Amino acid sequence: MTHLILRRLATSVLILLAVSLLVFVATLLLPGDPAQAILGQQATPERLAALREQMNLNDPIWQRYLSWLGDLTVGDFGVSAASGGPVIALLGERIGASLVLLVAAASISIPVGLLVGTYSALHRGRTGDHITTGASLVLAALPEFVIGIWLITVFSTTIFPILPSVTMAPPGEAVWNYPSQLVLPALTLVLVVTPYITRMMRATMLEVLDSGYVEMARLKGVPERQVIVRHALPHALSPVAQVIAIQLAWMAGGVVVVEFLFRYPGIGQALVDAVANRDVQVAQALSILIAAVYIVVNLLADMVGILTNPKLRTGGSR
Amino acid sequence: MSTSVVEPPTTTKPVLSARDLRIATTSGYEILHGVSFTLQPGKILALVGESGSGKTTAGLACLGHFRRGLKHTGGEIHLAGTGDYGNILDLPEAERRKLRGGSISYVPQDPALSLNPAMTIGRQIQEVLQVHHYGDSEEDRRARAKEVLAEVGLENSETYQRRYPHQLSGGQQQRVGIAMAFACRPAVLVLDEPTTGLDVTTQALVLQTIAELAERHGVAGLYITHDLAVVAKVADEVVVMLSGEVVEKGSTAQVLYQPRHEYTQKLLSAVPDLAGRRQVGRVAVITEEHPAINLASGHVTAVQALQIPPSSEDRSNLLEVAGLKLSYGSNKVLGGIDFSLARGESMMLLGESGSGKTTLSRCIAGLNDDYTGIVRLNGHALSPGTRARTAEQRQQVQYVFQSPFSSLNPRRTVCESVEVPLQMSGTLSRKQRRVRVLEALDQVRLGESYLDRRPGDLSGGQRQRVAIARALVNAPALLVCDEVTSALDVSVQASIIDLLRTLQAETGMSMLFVTHNICLARHISQRIAVLQHGRIVDFGSTDEVLKHPQHEYTRELLANVPTI
Amino acid sequence: MSVIDSPQLVEREVEAPPGLLRRLIRQRQAKIGVALTAAVVLIALFGPLVLPWGATGYTSTEFAGRPFKPEGLFGTDNLGRDVLTRFLDGGLRLLMFAALATLLGMIIGGLSGMAAAYRGGIVDSAIMRSNDVLLALPQLVFALLAITVLGPQSWVLVTVIAITHAPRIARVTRSATVAVVTEDFIRASEMYAVPKWKILVQDVLPNITGPLMVELGLRMTYSIGALASLSFLGLGMQPPTADWGLMINENRIALAIQPWGVILPVLAIAVLTVGTNLITDSLARASANLNVGESK
Repeated sequence: MTHLILRRLATSVLILLAVSLLVFVATLLLPGDPAQAILGQQATPERLAALREQMNLNDPIWQRYLSWLGDLTVGDFGVSAASGGPVIALLGERIGASLVLLVAAASISIPVGLLVGTYSALHRGRTGDHITTGASLVLAALPEFVIGIWLITVFSTTIFPILPSVTMAPPGEAVWNYPSQLVLPALTLVLVVTPYITRMMRATMLEVLDSGYVEMARLKGVPERQVIVRHALPHALSPVAQVIAIQLAWMAGGVVVVEFLFRYPGIGQALVDAVANRDVQVAQALSILIAAVYIVVNLLADMVGILTNPKLRTGGSR
Repeated sequence: MSTSVVEPPTTTKPVLSARDLRIATTSGYEILHGVSFTLQPGKILALVGESGSGKTTAGLACLGHFRRGLKHTGGEIHLAGTGDYGNILDLPEAERRKLRGGSISYVPQDPALSLNPAMTIGRQIQEVLQVHHYGDSEEDRRARAKEVLAEVGLENSETYQRRYPHQLSGGQQQRVGIAMAFACRPAVLVLDEPTTGLDVTTQALVLQTIAELAERHGVAGLYITHDLAVVAKVADEVVVMLSGEVVEKGSTAQVLYQPRHEYTQKLLSAVPDLAGRRQVGRVAVITEEHPAINLASGHVTAVQALQIPPSSEDRSNLLEVAGLKLSYGSNKVLGGIDFSLARGESMMLLGESGSGKTTLSRCIAGLNDDYTGIVRLNGHALSPGTRARTAEQRQQVQYVFQSPFSSLNPRRTVCESVEVPLQMSGTLSRKQRRVRVLEALDQVRLGESYLDRRPGDLSGGQRQRVAIARALVNAPALLVCDEVTSALDVSVQASIIDLLRTLQAETGMSMLFVTHNICLARHISQRIAVLQHGRIVDFGSTDEVLKHPQHEYTRELLANVPTI
Repeated sequence: MSVIDSPQLVEREVEAPPGLLRRLIRQRQAKIGVALTAAVVLIALFGPLVLPWGATGYTSTEFAGRPFKPEGLFGTDNLGRDVLTRFLDGGLRLLMFAALATLLGMIIGGLSGMAAAYRGGIVDSAIMRSNDVLLALPQLVFALLAITVLGPQSWVLVTVIAITHAPRIARVTRSATVAVVTEDFIRASEMYAVPKWKILVQDVLPNITGPLMVELGLRMTYSIGALASLSFLGLGMQPPTADWGLMINENRIALAIQPWGVILPVLAIAVLTVGTNLITDSLARASANLNVGESK
């Protein structure tokens, strides 16, 4: 089992390296060079040359990649072309703010998704099942900004104007001091993510409930509640963990639109600004960061898979 | 529920009786049309039928269980033994649940699917004891789990109980299933084809365990099966089912040896006979010395092959295999195979799963090109892999796959599938090909109406005929048949065997018949090669091998195979 | 468990008509989906032909004209452009680009998935590992990175969305192909030395159309969502182009006083994506019963 986990870990590191290479190559495609981008069109050749020297832009590409990678590992994400300051200073607080939003959304959508999905599977073909599958089908189709705008229309403009539509924490103050401003952004993410978890949980549960060992447990006279808790649920966990991982990672991307919509001061908002200003350093740093989140979450999901499967856990020997 | 029949009751009152049982799908299509039977303590009743007869549905109904999409529409099931419950199908679900696994228990067909893969076997046995409140304490239950594991002939140490199902062999898994069923000392045991998928020797052991336990504890058994030979071995009484109806019932001796109903007679005549007293179709069985081609059809060919010694230099041999080896890493699949096959001869390649028989047949057909060694056809060595062989060589060796459900593309018509070999080898026009396909379909007794149908509209037997037609369309010299009847019901098997023998007589082709079922020997082959762990351990004429087996493995096989 | 004993099979043979399309159309859900999708597609296709106020849509000098006045049914936006005109003009590009991106993604993903499954070995691992790398960047983040570097041009949008779809489609295609490739009828074709490309076209492709169609529908839904989102962020279609996503971005500030500029495009996008998703789900149901090798 340790062998399996180690190999999985190694794969994750390799994928992260490959992503960093991809992101680095993206900079090379940029017309002009970063020095030009930072100093602008009016910069004198001397200053450009000096900055190029300072940023090691004259080195061979592989050397630049390695030193960039080396800087990343110690938390140095380079200098923002737009603000001229270090990227990390720009992002520090925003990472925290985004994490608050993500954790809030995840801690609601995961339990709700699992519960509703299980409920739906256990009531297959009845009204409750039809309603939840129908609702999740519709919600899953909607882009996040559509859901967000719909929420704003209902809760902060015309119908029940009870919640703020934009986040307006005074600069320097933490977002979590204004919980009412967190409600709509978090709710949007929840409404986007939950349907996927629900659908997957339902499908997996149905498959497990039709399996031979669940039928056998019933034929052994095991009470229905115990059949579900002990024989069905454990087998549904691993595939659902995969979907949850994908959804969490998706949220790391979907948060961009939601933050933009609600003017939430997180990394998503920063990414949109960076793209608009063509601030490559910031976009790079955020891409790597989000990819790292994706890889870690997926790794965790695979661990769940390995730990819940005795065949993998015991090495599959007879 | 737990304190139950230890001593066989003295009365002959039935333990379980099903009366006029009717079950339909939720959309109203009736599956069981009034099925009745009774189970006596200490006796085993066999419920026999081919696929689709509703035997499993009837068996599960005895436990008050209906699979999704099925509902009970009429009839009663009474369970005596530990007090009268009345009609158990009238009981609320909670009451029925208490009976399951306690008074009446179930042994599933495929233990690999029915044991919870994430739970140790010890816990799975303990669980059934616990939900039925067996004994007074955890200690009692633990002792009982140990006891019952010993009863089914398994190790019962703590370490063994901590194993997961995947760490056991198929036979061991099935014993765990039986242990679980016996754990609460039930009055009735429903066994759903518990030995399908097990090899002959393991099957014999499992059957013996079941018979012994049932007798010792006075348990009434309902044994669901399609295999009449197994019925002869375990059952006291037999009920024969056909499409949801009971067509015949009686004592085993009466039903098996003096069948009254036409269907039972047909079923019995389809059962292959190891001793060769009966024939399964129109073609005579092979006993004693037998010419390579059966002359019953009046078609005379000059070849008289059996007398020819299997020498690799002999020019009249169609196929010669020499030193064929194949291994994947450290796993040796085939360890040096030598044999030859004369023109017009039929040879059986016998082996259980894992013996390498399918690999060997695929090497010969060129479907597997990882082997070393020589395969000669008409004295010319064949390249490994069909793509490396010439069109003529490809045309001469044809292969029929095990499962007709997998070997035909569901999206192509019968004609499109059967004409592929012609397309690839010949210069025939589309029209000529269609004529040739039609001839091949005639050969396998399918008419023109099948030309444009798709596999989805055909039964298993019909599909296998189409697959055989595809092999015949190019008039091969050698037909390799890989377990072609094992996915089919016994009556369909008989008709396919019959067809293959007739075709062989008509065309004079040679045949390599790969199977795990030794009972088919006298119906299909003049010679037998017995394969074990990738080696031929016994080899000779059918009569020789069956009467005087040389190897221990063949002797064991012959001793354990159930026969009528 | 003998297969015939299971009731689903009995029901299936009694009721289900043959063919994916007929199974699809029998479902009420599919009919609703087709109706919703068709409504929006018709607006997008024919809207540009019937613009009440010409291509620019300028009607009024009045800032944020009110709805239900003679100047325009739904009023104007903050630049005095007729909302209805902008709405009718703004769907076609979204639809076209989404369809292009989806098709391109299907071609790249489908081909690489089939190649990976059929060739196996190094080809398989090379394709699947590069998929893993691409999957590590969420779709929108990948698109934003590309736009930072290459700018928000139409071809960039289409290509980048196609590329982010490709690995997901490749995964699905690969697993569907693997299931087919292990069937014996592929062995049979190999045995008769049928050329490999012919095996793929003749034996594999017809048997994976079900999952591929489902994937097509799903990716179309996501393409619409992604393109609209990018425009909404101001990083997709650029002003003064009329586009639903962009329109929402431009008009959302005035949501309280002039909601029509937001409501119309939001409604259109919602109806469209829900419609395509309903069709996709029905397709999945229809093809679930059509699997290859209903082997015993």
